[in-house]
Amino acid sequence: MAAFFIIACAFQSCSLLSSRGKMRRFDFNITLLFLGKMPLGTLRMVMSKTTILHEQHLAAGAKMVDFSGWDMPIHYGSQLQEHKIVRESAGVFDVSHMTIVDVKGRDAKLFLQRLLANDVAKLKEKGKALYSAMLNEQGGVIDDLIVYNMGDYYRLVVNCGTREKDLAWMQKQASSYSVILEEKPELAILAIQGPQAIDKVCALSSPERQAVIQALKKFQGSEHGGWFIARTGYTGEDGLEIMLPNDEAAAFWQDLLKHDVAPIGLGARDTLRLEAGMNLYGLDMDETISPLAANMAWTIAWEPVSRDFIGRDVLNKEKFSGSKEILVGLVLNSRGVLRGHQKVHVPGLGEGEITSGSFSPTLGYSVALARVPAGVGEHAEVDIRGKMVAVKVVSPPFVRHGKKCF
Amino acid sequence: MSELPAELKFLSSHEWARVEGDIVTVGISDHAQESMGDLVFVELPDVGADLHANDEAGVVESVKAASDIYTPVTGKVLAINEDLEDAPELVNKDPYHDGWLFQIKFTDAAELDDLLSSEDYQAQLDSED
Repeated sequence: MAAFFIIACAFQSCSLLSSRGKMRRFDFNITLLFLGKMPLGTLRMVMSKTTILHEQHLAAGAKMVDFSGWDMPIHYGSQLQEHKIVRESAGVFDVSHMTIVDVKGRDAKLFLQRLLANDVAKLKEKGKALYSAMLNEQGGVIDDLIVYNMGDYYRLVVNCGTREKDLAWMQKQASSYSVILEEKPELAILAIQGPQAIDKVCALSSPERQAVIQALKKFQGSEHGGWFIARTGYTGEDGLEIMLPNDEAAAFWQDLLKHDVAPIGLGARDTLRLEAGMNLYGLDMDETISPLAANMAWTIAWEPVSRDFIGRDVLNKEKFSGSKEILVGLVLNSRGVLRGHQKVHVPGLGEGEITSGSFSPTLGYSVALARVPAGVGEHAEVDIRGKMVAVKVVSPPFVRHGKKCF
Repeated sequence: MSELPAELKFLSSHEWARVEGDIVTVGISDHAQESMGDLVFVELPDVGADLHANDEAGVVESVKAASDIYTPVTGKVLAINEDLEDAPELVNKDPYHDGWLFQIKFTDAAELDDLLSSEDYQAQLDSED
């Protein structure tokens, strides 16, 4: 197994831990130089950040890994088992490493209408949520995010690996608006996902909170007792994402575990979102990729044409002339696993590349997202370690509500 | 801390070898299966194939990574663990027994001297941490 560590590391840093995983290792060496002789424990503290639930993860038997500078659970024993639990009953993810930014002030709406490719004017009711890309002037995706209408302000949840550049970009764009950007490190985020997730959370909630949760429509949230409870997620299952004060998070976590909600690591989070056809930032799109080449056209609000969001000019041209590349789903019906960065050959059109690939635990075979030349038909071939293998081209998602859906 | 039976020999690439007479049974170490996570496919050599020491003999794939398997000795493949076709998770559950990969009848006993003892392999794991 000589290739073992090289391949494993390459995949960890590319598919799960993002390319920043590698950077962290580099940072570590630099840290080492500057700190001289210090106990390893100290170095670890310098190296990685932890969420408020770190001790709970260790107590639950988590295998911890570095994820964009955070020490996070990859699994608690078996990634496949955790995946199955979320598809069949309910599991809880600690996603407190994600960054919450509240946008307040007189110009909050105007500012977000300029900042985001989707239009917050669609958020007519308090609590409603919207998925959007944040683009640069060239129409490349700086990050993807969720924005909630909180009544008199907006709440954004952005990726942890892009936190610094996102905040810098938002600050820069905010300079000509009357807005206040407020990061919320005092909040933890728990995602409870699966067909039984809502029932299980209700079972341990007060009658008032149960009523609040049961009234939620999909993609809608509500405040209750200092918690923000939203019916959103990243798994393709029904469920909740709950933002709550750090000092209440451990008790809630333990309560969930006691009520048979299983802890789920980032490994299963990745296979669940891939089956659900959801993009992962840094793999399926980045600053060099247009949302039109990332299966995100549905997230762009073209109307009203007068709304001048950042990147609009470039996207208008691309929309008119047509995208050269598109993001599609691939299905491998033979043995083997499709992996990120494998080359895709499209007969008559040229080459593309897998952006995320994995074994699909629900389907029992491998699926992938791949960026390929526009005009691709139903068939393509993937170069799996030197062997050309036939794949079927489909439109994601692959799995919805626990069932094959392509 | 992963399990490491003292009677086994190891390759630095994380395969184990159990020597019985002129037959070697090969698998991957507990440390290797744990690092790879849940296995989903195992590709094994053909029975009857002639392999040379350190040749690629197969591939194990987990949810997150693929990894080549090397043979520790030169010889003919006598048997493969056919249960792994439908149950690759046996390697995760029991890497040193039910999760064995293949058996090979070796021709040159001197090759066994090149393998690591369990202490040497443990030392390698300690230095990798």
